[in-house]
Amino acid sequence: MDQILQQMPIVLKALNVGFLQTLNLFFVTGLGAIPLGLVIAFGSMSRFKPLSILTRLVVWVVRGTPLMIQLLIIFYFPGMVLGSNIWGKGEAGRFLASAIAFIFNYACYFSEIYRGGIQSVPRGQQEAGLVLGMTKSQIFFKVTLLQVIKRIVPPMSNEVITLVKDTALARIIALQEIIWAGQSFLKGSHGIAGAIWPLFFTAVYYLIFNGIVTVLLGKLEKRLDYFR
Amino acid sequence: MPILEVKDIRKSFGSTEVLKGISFSLEKGQVVSVIGSSGSGKTTLLRCLNFLETPDGGSIAVNGETIFDAADPAARREADIRRNRLHFGLVFQSFNLFPQYTALENVTLARKMLAKEEADYRDRKKELFAAIEDDARRLLARMGLADRMDNYPHQLSGGQQQRVAIARALALRPDILCFDEPTSALDPELTQEVLRVIRQLADDETTMVIVTHEMAFARDVSSRVIFMDGGVVVEEGDPHQVIDAPTQERTRRFLEGYSGKY
Ligand SMILES: Nc1ncnc2c1ncn2[C@@H]1O[C@H](COP(=O)(O)OP(=O)(O)OP(=O)(O)O)[C@@H](O)[C@H]1O
Ligand SMILES: [Mg+2]
Repeated sequence: MDQILQQMPIVLKALNVGFLQTLNLFFVTGLGAIPLGLVIAFGSMSRFKPLSILTRLVVWVVRGTPLMIQLLIIFYFPGMVLGSNIWGKGEAGRFLASAIAFIFNYACYFSEIYRGGIQSVPRGQQEAGLVLGMTKSQIFFKVTLLQVIKRIVPPMSNEVITLVKDTALARIIALQEIIWAGQSFLKGSHGIAGAIWPLFFTAVYYLIFNGIVTVLLGKLEKRLDYFR
Repeated sequence: MPILEVKDIRKSFGSTEVLKGISFSLEKGQVVSVIGSSGSGKTTLLRCLNFLETPDGGSIAVNGETIFDAADPAARREADIRRNRLHFGLVFQSFNLFPQYTALENVTLARKMLAKEEADYRDRKKELFAAIEDDARRLLARMGLADRMDNYPHQLSGGQQQRVAIARALALRPDILCFDEPTSALDPELTQEVLRVIRQLADDETTMVIVTHEMAFARDVSSRVIFMDGGVVVEEGDPHQVIDAPTQERTRRFLEGYSGKY
C-alpha cells in the first residue's frame, strides 16, 4: 500500500500524458468524422447510381470489418508497398495514421446515421419549403437540418461513447495513449515494473470522461425537446 | 383576361398517364372547386400548378404571361421555376408546418428568405423584417390565431395547424391559392373552423383552387366546380348545376356516394 502511494504521482503523471493523447485522438476523430460523414451520406444518397453504389460498398466494407484491422492496414500497408513510411517518424506518424483510420471508420458509421436521419424527415417538409419559394439549400439549412439533428442525437451519442473506448485500439500500432501508458508499468517504466494497478486506474479515466460526455449529450437532447 | 389559364396539362408516372389533358381557366377573385374520386388526378394537378411535378405536356399562363410551356425546355430552369412558384400557394392535406418554428415563425420564414434577395436588404433589414412580422401577425389574427402566435405546431390542434398553414401560404401573396383536401385530416368540428376561414377568404375575393370532398362547402363557396375522373375533366360548370343536377352519368355516379351527406 505504501509503495502504491509512493508510486502514485509518477503513475498519474504518465497516465495524464497518455490520456492527453487519447483526448487528441477523440477530438480529432470527432472534428474530422462529423463533416466527412455528411459528405459520405450525400454520396450514398446520390441520384448518380455509380457514386451511390460505390459509396455504399465502401461503407459496407468499413462497417463490416474490425477497426483494428483497418488501423493495421493503414499504418503498415503504404510502407510495404512504397517501401517507405509515408506517415512520418515516431509518435507523430502513429498519431496521423490512427487519426486517418479513426476518422474514416467513424465517418462511415456517422454517414449511415445521417442518412437515416435525413430520410426520416417527411417529404412534405421539403415540398412545403419549395412551394414557399425557398431554395434547396435554404430548405436544408433552415428546415431540414435541425429536424435531422434532433433525430440523430441519440444514435450519435451511442457512437461517441463507443469512440471514447475505441481510441484504446490505437494501442495496437503503439500510439502512446492511456492504455499504452498504463501497460508500460507492467514491463518496467520510470523504475516501476510488474504493477497491474495503473492499468485498472486507466478505467477510471474512461469512466469519468464518458460520464461527462453522456451528461453533455443528454443536455443537447433536452435542448431539442422543445419541438416534435 | 383570366388570371389563370391551364391548357392541356398532361402528366404520366412511368407508363400510367394520370393527367390526360386538363384545361381550365379562372378569373381573378373566383373560386373553383375540383371534385372527383380517389386516384382521379386531383392532387397531381395541384402539384403540377405548384411545380412539385413537371407536366409532360401543356402550358400554364398567369395574368396572360406563359410561365410554363412543356414544349419550351427553358421553362425547366430551376431559378425560374422557383420564381414562378410564387404565383401559387399550396395548402397541404397534412399541413406540413415546420415543427421547430412557432406559428409566427412558420409564417415569416419564407418571406424573410426572399427579403434577402432585395437590393437594399442590408440597409433596410430591420425595417423589412418588422414589416414582414406585422403582416404575419395580421394574417394569423385573421385566421383567429391571435393568441397562438408563439405556440409550436405540436401545441396546436389540427384545425389550428391548418389555419397557420393557410396564413403561411397567404404571407407570400400568391395570385392563386390552392388547397389539397385541406380538411381531410380533421374531425368534423375542426373541419368547420377551417372551412369557415376559407369561406371568409372567398368572400374577400381570394382566387382559389380547392380540391375537396366537402360537397356542400364546394357548392356554397365556389364560382365553378370541376369534376375530374380518370385524368380528364368530365364536367364543369355552375356549382349548383354540377352538384345538384349533373348532366354526365359519371358525375352522377360519383355524387351518389355522397347523397344525403350534404
Ligand atoms: N409520384 C407518383 N408516382 C407514381 N404514381 C403516382 C404518383 N403520384 C400519384 N400517382 C398515381 O396517380 C394517380 C392519381 O393520383 P392523385 O394523387 O393525383 O389522385 P387524387 O385525385 O388526388 O386522389 P385522392 O382523392 O385519393 O387524393 C393515382 O393512381 C396514383 O397512384
Ligand atoms: Mg389527392
